[in-house]
Order: sequence, then C-alpha cells, then structure tokens
Amino acid sequence: MQTADPIQMKALERSASRKRTFYRWLLFLILGLFGIYYLAPMYVMIVTSLKSMEEIRQGNLMTLPGEIMFDAWKTAWSGRGYAAGDVFLRPFFWNSIKLVVPAVVISTFFGALNGYALTKWRFKGDNLLFLLFLFGCFIPYQAILLPMARTLGMMGISNSIFGLVLVHTVYGLSFTTMFFRNYYISIPDEMIKAARIDGAGFFKIFFKVLLPISSPIIVVTVIWQFTGIWNDFLFGSSFSFGESAPIQVALNNMVLTSTSVKEYNVDMAAAFIAGIPTLLVYVFAGKYFIRGLTAGSVKG
Amino acid sequence: MYKQVLKISAGFILAAGISASPAFAGGEAEVLHWWTSGGEAKALKVLKDDFAKNGGTWKDMPVAGGGGDAAMVTLKARIVSGDPPTAAQIKGPTIQEYDDEGVVGPYNIHSVATAENWDALLSPQVANHMKCDGFTKYCAAPVNIHRIDWFWANKKVLDANGLKMPTSWPEFNAAATKLKAAGIIPFAHGGQPWQDATVFEAVAIGIGGNDFYRKAIMELDLDALGGSTMVKVFDQMRILQGFTDEGMPGRDWNVATGMVMNGKAAFQIMGDWAKGEFANAGLKPGIDYYCLPTPSNHGYLYNVDSFIFYSMKGENKIEGQKLLASLMMGKNFQKVFNLYKGSIPARLDVPMDEFDMCAKGSAADLNYAAMTGGLLPSFAHGMALKLAQKGAIQDVVTEHFNSKMSSKEAASRLVRAVKDTL
Amino acid sequence: MFYWLQKNLPKIVIAPSFAVILWFVYGFILWTIYISFTNSKMLPRYDFVGLKQHIRLWSQWRWYNAVENLLIFTVLFIAICIIIGIFLSILLDQKIRAEGFLRTVYLYPMALSFIVTGTAWKWILNPTMGIQKLVRDWGFTDFTFDWLVNRDMSIYTIVIAAVWQSSGFVMALFLAGLRSIDDEIIKAAKIDGASLYSIYITIILPMLRPVFMSAIVILLHISIKSYDLVIALTAGGPGTSSDMPAVYMTQMAFHRSEIALASASAVMMFLTILAIVVPYLYSELRRQDANR
Repeated sequence: MQTADPIQMKALERSASRKRTFYRWLLFLILGLFGIYYLAPMYVMIVTSLKSMEEIRQGNLMTLPGEIMFDAWKTAWSGRGYAAGDVFLRPFFWNSIKLVVPAVVISTFFGALNGYALTKWRFKGDNLLFLLFLFGCFIPYQAILLPMARTLGMMGISNSIFGLVLVHTVYGLSFTTMFFRNYYISIPDEMIKAARIDGAGFFKIFFKVLLPISSPIIVVTVIWQFTGIWNDFLFGSSFSFGESAPIQVALNNMVLTSTSVKEYNVDMAAAFIAGIPTLLVYVFAGKYFIRGLTAGSVKG
Repeated sequence: MYKQVLKISAGFILAAGISASPAFAGGEAEVLHWWTSGGEAKALKVLKDDFAKNGGTWKDMPVAGGGGDAAMVTLKARIVSGDPPTAAQIKGPTIQEYDDEGVVGPYNIHSVATAENWDALLSPQVANHMKCDGFTKYCAAPVNIHRIDWFWANKKVLDANGLKMPTSWPEFNAAATKLKAAGIIPFAHGGQPWQDATVFEAVAIGIGGNDFYRKAIMELDLDALGGSTMVKVFDQMRILQGFTDEGMPGRDWNVATGMVMNGKAAFQIMGDWAKGEFANAGLKPGIDYYCLPTPSNHGYLYNVDSFIFYSMKGENKIEGQKLLASLMMGKNFQKVFNLYKGSIPARLDVPMDEFDMCAKGSAADLNYAAMTGGLLPSFAHGMALKLAQKGAIQDVVTEHFNSKMSSKEAASRLVRAVKDTL
Repeated sequence: MFYWLQKNLPKIVIAPSFAVILWFVYGFILWTIYISFTNSKMLPRYDFVGLKQHIRLWSQWRWYNAVENLLIFTVLFIAICIIIGIFLSILLDQKIRAEGFLRTVYLYPMALSFIVTGTAWKWILNPTMGIQKLVRDWGFTDFTFDWLVNRDMSIYTIVIAAVWQSSGFVMALFLAGLRSIDDEIIKAAKIDGASLYSIYITIILPMLRPVFMSAIVILLHISIKSYDLVIALTAGGPGTSSDMPAVYMTQMAFHRSEIALASASAVMMFLTILAIVVPYLYSELRRQDANR
C-alpha cells in the first residue's frame, strides 16, 4: 500500500468529520421534528389549562398564556365549591388507586406463576394451553360486557370494587401470562435443573430462584397493567356506581357534558391530572421498560 | 350482671343503629342520569334537595357523554346483572320497550300515580308515554316538555340586514342567501347525527306537513318514506347544508349556539334547552335574540324527559321510587325545575307567570297544537320510534346531510333502512 | 400421593387461571355466538332464529363501510407505526446523549387515555380552532387542513391520532431488539465493506423478525378494539364516514337495541382475529420449540 500524503489524509479526515457532524445535525433535526409531533398535544393541553377562558376564545391553540392561572387545575381537582352537578377528580382518584393496586398485584402474581409453570415444567399440551391464554388478549370488551354483567350479578358483586378488580384481573391474565412466559422461556433450564437436584420443590424454585431475577419483566407487566386498568372507561362505568367510580368515569363526566359553556381550560387540566399517574409510571420506569422488553416478549 | 350489661349494650347499639340511618324513613334511590353540568345539573339538584328534605337518600349515578350514549351502556349492564338503578333517565317508546323485556313490572309507582290522580294533571299524550302494560299503568314520571322545532336568531344581525324572522321556508332561504352575501354564516349547526336529525324533523313538518310527518315517521309508511314529499324535504336539507360553515361536522350544539350569540351566525335550529345558553350569557329574548318556531302549520315537536322506575328488590328502594315519583310531579318542583332547564312543565296546572316569553309562547302553542292535531312526538329525541328504527333513519339523514347524496337516493335509502328494522 | 401432587403441581397451579379464562373468555365467546343466532333486541333473548342476523349484517351498508374503514385504518396504522418505529429506533440507537429524554417523549402518548388523546387531537385538527387556523393566522390564508370534517378524509385523522399514540411503543420494541443484536455481526459486515444502508436492510432487519411479529400482533389488537379513540375524535363522523366495527357493534348493542345484530358483528371480528392471529402464534410457538 502506498503511504498516503499526510496533507491529503488530513483533508480527508476533515471532510469525513464534517460529514459526520452534518449527519449528526440532521439526526437531531429529524428527532426534534418527531419530538414536536409527539409533544404538540401535551403542549396544547398544558398551555390551555393555564389560560383563562377569555384568552382561549380569542387566541389560538399555540399561544402561550398571557397570565398563568392555576384556577382551572384547582377546579378540576377539587371542584367549584357548590354542589350542583359539580364533578371533580379528587375522590375518584383514590377509587382508581383502590382498584388498580389489587388488580395489578393479583394478575401479575398469577401471570408469573403461570409463565413459570408453562415453561419450566413441560407437560403435554402446554403450548396449546398458552395459545388459549393468548387468544384472550384480543377480546373486544364491548362484546363481553353483557355476559360479564350477568356473571357478576350472579356472583353478587356486580356493583362493587370486587367486581371491577375481578374483571380487570381476569382480562389482564392473558397479557401477564404472555409477558412472563416469554421471559422465562429464555432463562436457561440449567438453573432450574440445578435447583431441583439440590432438592428444591416447585414453589421454592419459584420464590427463591426465579422471582429474584424477574425484576425487569415484573416492571414491564406492572406498567402495562397499570396503564390499561387506570385508563379503562368501559368497565369502570358499567360495574361501579356513582361515588365509587374510577377516575376515567369522572373525567368523562367532566369533559363530555353536552350542555352549557365548555370550560376548555378545566377540561384540559382534568385530562392532564387524570393522566399524571400513568405518566409518572412511564417516566420513572421507562428504563426498566426497555430492559424488560429485551428479555421478554420481543424475542418471542 | 354480665347478662345485664350485655342487654343494655345491645339496647344502645340497636338504638344507635336505628337513629343513625334516617335513610329508612324516606327510602333510598340510585339515580342514573347524564345531567352533569350547567342548567341541567342545577335543575336536577332541586330534585336531589327535595328528596333529601323528605328523608330520602340519593345516590347519584352520573354517566355523561353523547347525550346519554355512555349511560345506556351502563344501564344495560346493570339491568343484565340483575341490579337495575332505582330510577333512570329514560323517555319515549324506550319505556315500553323495557316493559316488553319484563324488567319494569309490577309498576311500583302506579299506586302513587293513581293516588295523586296523574291522569288529570297530564295531557293524554304525555300520560300515555308514561304508561306501561298496554298503556294502562304508570311506570315513569315526566319532568318537563321540551319543544324541539325552534329557530334561534341573533336580533342585531337580523336588524342590521333588514330582516324579520321568517315565517315560511322560502322566506328563510331568501333571508339566508342575503346573509351569506353579507358575510354572515346564515345557519349555525353542529354536525352530529342527533342534531342533523333534529333539523330534519323540523323541516319535515315544515315542508311536508303534520300529517306527512305522522304517516312517514310515526307510522313508517314506506310509500311516504320514499315518495316525492320526502324528496322535497331532503332538497330543503341540502339547501340548509349550503348555509352552514366548514367547521360544522362534529361541532357541539352549544358551540353553534355560541356562534349565534356572538353574531358570527344568524340562525340555529335547536330545542329550547338552547335558551339556557342565552340566559347564562345574560341575553334576553325579544331584545337580544329571537325565539320563533320553525315554519310549519302549527306543528309542535315535543320531547318529554322522564325517569323510568324498574322493578326493584328491597322495600327501601321501592319506597325511594314512590317518593321520587311523587316529588317529580310536585307542582313547585315542576316550576323550579323547568325554570332552570328552559323547558315547560309537563304538569298542566303550574302557573306560568315566572317563565319568559319563549316558554309562555311554547305553552300556548302546545295547547293549540294539541287541539288541532299538530302535537307530534320528536323522533330525533326518541319520542316517536323504537331505537332501532330511529337509528336507521338517523343514519340516512346524517349521511345525506354530510355528503352530496341526491335527495332521491336518500329517500330510497330511507325506505331500505327502515324496512330492514321492521 | 405426594409424588402425584408434585408431578401435577404445574397443572394445578395453572388450573385456576385457566378455569377463569375458560369461563370469562371462551364461555363468553360461546354466549356471543349463540346470541348471534337469536332475535335479541334490547336485552338477551334465547330464541333460535338461525342465520337471520348474519344475513342482515351483510346487507347493511353501514357495516360494509365500517369494515372498509377497518381495512384502511389497520393497514395504514400498522405500516406507519412500524416504519416510524423502526426509523426512530435506528436514529435513537446512534448513541446520543438525549436518548432517555427522547425515548420518554416518544413513549408517553401511550400513557394517556383515549379520552385525553381524542379531545386534544380533536382540537388540534379542527379547522376553525387548530392547525388550519394557526397557519392561517401566520399569514398563509389559503392553507386548508380540514380532514377532520371531510368525509373522505376523516378516517385518516384517526390514523394520525392512533399512530401518535402507539408508534412510540413500537419504537421501544425495535430499540430493545436492536440493542440485543451483537455488535460483532455489524463490525464484521463493515469490514467486509458493506454500506450502513445495506447492513440494515439485509442483516439487521431480518434478524428483527420476531419484533415485527410482536409489533404487528399488538398493533392489530389495538386496531380491532378501536372504539374510544373514534368516539372521542370524530364520533364516527362526519355522518358515518369514520365508522369502525367496534363502534358499530357498541351502537347496535347498546343504542339501537339490536343485541343479536351486534353479536353477529362481534362473531365476524372474532373470526378475523382467529384467522390472522392463530396461524402466526402457532408458527411462532413451533419455531420456539424447534430452537429449544
């Protein structure tokens, strides 16, 4: 190979690095544009919630509030102080928490147990069983609303928090089982075999060997379930009554009322407040989400 | 000694238990509705307060959205689960539909209705809507009468353009054309299916006449549905479409009213709950805005809001139903409720002096129309037809209004759609 | 006895969940299928009328319209989400500092409920209040963007909002997949002189086949269940131009007192899901077993 001319080399390097910088800037530009697409609605929501109704009527979507007012937020959270059809979010917030926590815990636990049993203890028909579980992910909830109502009625829990927890747990089982099964299947069987040789039984292996290394997928499952159950409207409005309804029902009652002046700022503030828990969950656990996905459903 | 203490404590507990639950005095009621804001919520609060004053416990069950759409889902779920709400905001033939399914008997409130002689307090048409079991037993209580076919107009805009309120459809078309040329949106409209249907039925009685409406819409005569009169009705709908603005589809009705209020638009066709919007903004009828029935031959399209009372388990709840029903037909309640809601009382003997001029006009028109056969149940608001048929007609109407479909095509689709549901 | 317990413990452990699924999923599906053969109107009735409701279903132009919309929506929704997802994940994979922040930005839409998404986008896409007004205020008075109120284009606005909500999740899936690919393979290809572009096309993307499958399954299930978003954004309008099967089914069942007809449409939806999902899952599981 010829020894390259040092000046030429330098020139090539410079143009290469300029090219890299150019691509780098292009990268940021594209990512930034997409960022705007994703952030725009949230920007609109927050900005509107901080404006007064006058400003909203006169201006357009994108303008910043002339004067930042948190009144809309206060109204959305704790109401207007009079009780005439006043819907606000605070009591319903806790209803949702009371509902989500048990449902998530139970469905996650059983999902883990099922995933474990399906993958580390092979038996005839275990794949078919898994397939049957999976199909449950696709059921449109409106289609099963009535038979569910009948069943809950027969069980006597059609109008209580127990009914809602049962419904969400049941339909979460398909997803949680899928997540854990796909995660455990990529964990080497050797670990289990070693533990068995050491004399450990079914449950001991589960609690002492598998669960400790399951944190990524547990986080994934919890996030998925939390989001789905917190954001549910259909089951919440059908199987709970008035004051014990979850937060989306209250949000719906605030935002979709069909009479009188729509207070857009209150609507947006309410929508945002209702979305804060899930947002928080995503922000803080986002890291784990990626890690969990790598080890779980992605590779199949 | 021990036994004595036990007895005394038991006595205390029992006493405490009894005194701590006033609910038993007036019954309890779980009420499903979607009146969650504004004038409607205020109106409902009157009922809530009345109920509480009489010792009842009110459990609120609001489900807003789509003018009751979401509430219907909740309601069916509750009924199928065997635990219907004590009272639900149901009106029109749907009441009888539920009766057909067998979930309303044994008509718990009929005893109250006979005791208070509702037959004498309500016009026969309204009373019939409230009865089940072949129109013999009361199973629902009416709280108001809404008129649907109103024109609402901005007085200043009309004055500025030298126009008076139109008393015929051709007059309206001419006025609207003039306004359009002057840069005003002639017709403020919210393009949601129920609003399209509202306009349609007003046009139907205006262009086709009261008897046409009766034959085509109420009796579902297929020839009338597909005939030349229906084509003319659709023609006028097409003309009206030309007077709307581009933001029409999906717009909420109160936003359209807002357009009339601030002068961007001139006219709106809407039921008299629109009055509440004007009132809330401090506008006065005759001074800032006009309310006039849409052109027709003394037709009057009505909607009666009511609450149905399902069959119930538990003395407490049945007590609650009876109390609610009685309160709903109370004279003072009917007055105050309707003052807030913008409608007129269903009960015939309520003094009207506190009502504004639109309401007074409505009451007078109601009586006249009842006498001359122009009192017609609104199909768009669920008073005339079963839900399946109402929905089928609504689908065609809204499709036609939001497209360039020909009137003939619309009429023939109407026939097909209705046939399918029969 | 103890041995039998030990041997069958896995099955015993799964049994409760399976029993629950059997009842609440399959039992209900069977119930729905049965109802689709009855004359149920407002509440369920158990008379048998054969295929009447199914025949009715396929003679309704509204149903055809909904099915057509579902096809348009599903194809666009899945294709765009995957393209954007891959694109963004590749970009994010370039080891930039703001990765964590940007990832959250792209992912957060999924955390919001459909009511929120629909309301916000309804505003943004409304010609008299949103983007069109904004751009016109900036001076471009001829700019039109009225898809939301245009019956031919309304279905595409649902695509816009739905893509916004779900593409971040697809991006996350692909990002995880990309991260799990061995760098050695890429280095080797580079040494062999392959361009970055062809490396991606011929090596990396094929290796991500499982990710494609997962993404498609998840997106498909979101698409079939689309109800809240449609209602919040367009309510199926203008007219019924953006109607979808799930909306049709709900309206028929709960607002038209046509439960049997609605069940027939639900049966159609089940069959479609069956036809697409089962072969995929079956082949996936077969492949996994082969690899064990």
